[in-house]
Amino acid sequence: MTDLIIGLYNYWIVIILMMVGFYIVMSRQNLVKSLIGLNIFQTSVFILYITLGKVTGGTAPILEKGIKLYSNPLPHVLILTAIVVGVSTTALGLALVVRIKEAYGTIEENEINRMDNES
Amino acid sequence: MEGILNIILLGGMAVTAIAIAKMRNLFVVTMLSGIYSLLSAGIFVLLDAVDVAFTEAAVGAGITTVLFLSTLILVGREAKPRQFRMQAILPFLLVLAVGAGLIFASLDPNMPRFGDPNSPANQRLAPEFLADSVPQVGNEAPTRVGIPNIVTTTLASYRGYDTLGEVVVIFTAGIAVLILLGAARRRREDEELEGPETGAKPEPPKEDSRMADASKEAPGS
Repeated sequence: MTDLIIGLYNYWIVIILMMVGFYIVMSRQNLVKSLIGLNIFQTSVFILYITLGKVTGGTAPILEKGIKLYSNPLPHVLILTAIVVGVSTTALGLALVVRIKEAYGTIEENEINRMDNES
Repeated sequence: MEGILNIILLGGMAVTAIAIAKMRNLFVVTMLSGIYSLLSAGIFVLLDAVDVAFTEAAVGAGITTVLFLSTLILVGREAKPRQFRMQAILPFLLVLAVGAGLIFASLDPNMPRFGDPNSPANQRLAPEFLADSVPQVGNEAPTRVGIPNIVTTTLASYRGYDTLGEVVVIFTAGIAVLILLGAARRRREDEELEGPETGAKPEPPKEDSRMADASKEAPGS
């Protein structure tokens, strides 16, 4: 039982983080808050990948004499790319939020919708 | 010891995420998301992904927080409360159902346990990459790539096209941000030329330069 919990704990936390991010994106009307929810979702996926690459007893994949077991470097490479892409999409999203604020005077989704419907 | 630290840090991340969901003050939310990124960088160190930890701490906790803060200057700090309770309940039920389904799926006996060296993810490709980097026993000849950091080796050689694509994405995003924010400034200048109007906010020039910083730094990471 303990083995099961320790063996799956990382996945469960990843699922919780993912769902919290998903909830923030869906439930909040504020656009900045939604972007933060997206970031949380994104980070949870990163943790899932890195968890899959971990090998018990392994070390960081940097060559050193006398070390035989390394963790899997491939997920690290993929996530390295994903983090940087994530920050550029966040920057784009924030620029859109700034423009929406200038055009509508608010960043609450329901108020924007109401303005669109009225006009 | 590592296992305990792993449990504590991941628990801290879950608590921080839930606190983010509860808060309405956007400044607090931004700071909490910085803490969240830093905690995840700690997790990455524990899970042997040191390069990812560097990047997450610099980009996730650093640049992203700065971007959010400079946006908050322009859009205000407070999120408005919900109008209807349904807006909270309906997504909550959906999220609960999806989360329960995913946890049920994770109980599958074939799901690789934490740290399993025989999991499918560790069977293909990675052993070959490692073999190309690690000198073989009895063969002291230089390895094919010759860089001690295997992540760098893989990033620069085997997955070079990924990095090229990443640079394209950053370039596109940088251009898009410059167009979006630059167009706004041009329009404001036009209005100022037509006549003095009320309440023109000064455009903070920092947003652009920070984007440029982000674009410059990213390809090297």
